[in-house]
Amino acid sequence: MDNKIALHLENVTMQFGGVVSVNNLTLDVPEHKIIALIGPNGAGKTTAFNCITGVYQPTNGLIEFMGKPMVRSYPRSRDAKNYKGENAGKYAGESVLSPTPDEITKLGIARTFQNIRLWKSMTVFENVLIAKHMRAKQNVFSAIFRGNLQEEKRMREETMALLCEQGLDAYKDEPATSLPYGLQRRLEIARALATDPTLLLLDEPAAGMNPQETLELADFVQEIRERYGLTIFLIEHHMDLVMNISDYIYVIDFGSEIAQGVPEEVQSDQRVIEAYLGVTE
Amino acid sequence: MNKNVNEKQNLLPAFAGIAVLLLLVILLENISDMIPGLPQVLQPTSPLFTVLKKAAVYSLVAVSMNLLNGFTGLFSLGQAGFMLLGAYAYAILTVPAEQKDQVYYLFGGCAFDFSLVDIFQGIFGSSGAGGAVSLVLGCLLALILAGCVAGFFAFLIGFPVLRLKSDYLAIATLGFAEILRAIFQWQRLGPITNGANMIKGFPTFSSFNITDGSGNTVLRLSTFVPFLITSLCIVLIVLLIHSSYGRAFKSIRDDEIAAEAMGVGLFKHKMLSFVISSFFAGVGGALFAMYVANAQAKAFTSTMTYEILLIVVIGGIGSVSGSVIATFLYVACSEWWLRFLDSEMYIGSFKVPLLRNGFRMVVFSVVIMVIVLFFSQGIMGNRELNIGGLFKRKAEKRQP
Repeated sequence: MDNKIALHLENVTMQFGGVVSVNNLTLDVPEHKIIALIGPNGAGKTTAFNCITGVYQPTNGLIEFMGKPMVRSYPRSRDAKNYKGENAGKYAGESVLSPTPDEITKLGIARTFQNIRLWKSMTVFENVLIAKHMRAKQNVFSAIFRGNLQEEKRMREETMALLCEQGLDAYKDEPATSLPYGLQRRLEIARALATDPTLLLLDEPAAGMNPQETLELADFVQEIRERYGLTIFLIEHHMDLVMNISDYIYVIDFGSEIAQGVPEEVQSDQRVIEAYLGVTE
Repeated sequence: MNKNVNEKQNLLPAFAGIAVLLLLVILLENISDMIPGLPQVLQPTSPLFTVLKKAAVYSLVAVSMNLLNGFTGLFSLGQAGFMLLGAYAYAILTVPAEQKDQVYYLFGGCAFDFSLVDIFQGIFGSSGAGGAVSLVLGCLLALILAGCVAGFFAFLIGFPVLRLKSDYLAIATLGFAEILRAIFQWQRLGPITNGANMIKGFPTFSSFNITDGSGNTVLRLSTFVPFLITSLCIVLIVLLIHSSYGRAFKSIRDDEIAAEAMGVGLFKHKMLSFVISSFFAGVGGALFAMYVANAQAKAFTSTMTYEILLIVVIGGIGSVSGSVIATFLYVACSEWWLRFLDSEMYIGSFKVPLLRNGFRMVVFSVVIMVIVLFFSQGIMGNRELNIGGLFKRKAEKRQP
């Protein structure tokens, strides 16, 4: 792994009440690679994603993006008493960084959701167009009095171009939720791409897809990585997809990392097999 | 493809329609002077004009509430509170200085002993065209300031309140409106708010009627003025809704988590929507004070908020034209068409049962229950009345 590290998690712990969902997770996502995070149901994969994207503030730990600390936290007040994770004191005393999800998106991290979250009342075109709002140079007065026509035009043209690239231009005026499931997934990815990310987080992109669609998705993920120069970090259950496209895999179970390595190593790792298939006694 | 890239044209027919409507209002107001012998309905004293004025005022408030509830998905019930702020701000700023002592006689005069209209009269003169210019400028500035006062208060209470969700937000804003109403009736604030007494003597809609030297009305504009101001404000709101910010508001309504993940800052955009909505509610409150010719805190009850909420629901949550149509229907029903239910009626010698004072409200409640139960989408749902589209469809029909 000689690439620069895009995303770096260090000792990230997320505790809800007495339950440690993510325990002391440390991982690296190098630039322009496809990294996968796998694990059985309830292993804490989506919680880890939510910590990275600012939906949750981790109880403890540090997350760096492009070499700069982005999220930093340590157990305080009531959490400090009940804290069950490791490295409790490691970040104590340092300033707490807890950006909101939109601030993190602005830094260049975009995501999709496990259960598709498109804006239901809007068309395909509008769904992508809104994601352009964040980077538009305008304010509310220029928007009302139409002083931002250039900007508005640029946003619409870029949206159109993106929809054409993603093969969604034929559906642009359809309500987003009327699309077939596979295309809704693709639209969600297109919407994430519209925020001009450098790191794309995909939360189970193949959930609910048939084997044929899953194969297409594998090609698609590799294609967008090439075309937009992206780094991709994904959660997935479909082992064939993960083994197929990932450069490196982290496996977690009950919140803790149990294995990491290139696909071949992970596939033959005894602990991974046990975690997925259960232990024979 | 170009349809999406250049979408700005589709609002033009609507604006043209508004201009035509405004001209029609002037015509309607003055037609009884031009053609004598018209039916009573078109005379200046007809309930028609009361309804038109009140509906114009209410439709602005309804649209401002729809911006918040229908387009941003924030269920707020503070509308009457912001109207109150607007009404008082307008009244305090425009009561002529020489009348202030008389209005505030219980408190020995007003803390703000100036009037915007007077200030402009000092510049342009108080008679003839100068007087008209000062009246218009003074009232316009007071209306804008009324909106700003309401917007500023919204900004302040937005910090704690906008962290709440759905019902909690509704309760908090409702409480805010009730607290304001109590504070404005507080005797200690008398020099500013005139305590529990009403403030009056400021320019109302009929001040805008143009009179000749001997006091005869030449051109009536008292219905046109609320229509003009309301249309201007609604046009601004529609422009906002159709802008990038309006789309961001809708994304928050549809799915907050997705909106946030796509870079729409929740707090910033909610605050923006809340402040803008309150600004227009403030302007609406000032117009309401002009309509009733006084400003009094006890008029702005939570019942008023519910009335406006009802209008928004009847019109369709998320439809500006629906809100406007519903306002006119609602106000016409409550102030005019259903009035007959309140008085006893005889058909021949047969006394129609049930008709008596207060029966109107019973019928009204039933009608509203039926609408809410069976037509919860409202008149327009979340669609808009498309004037350009209407013509286009007709033109298509004509061509075989």
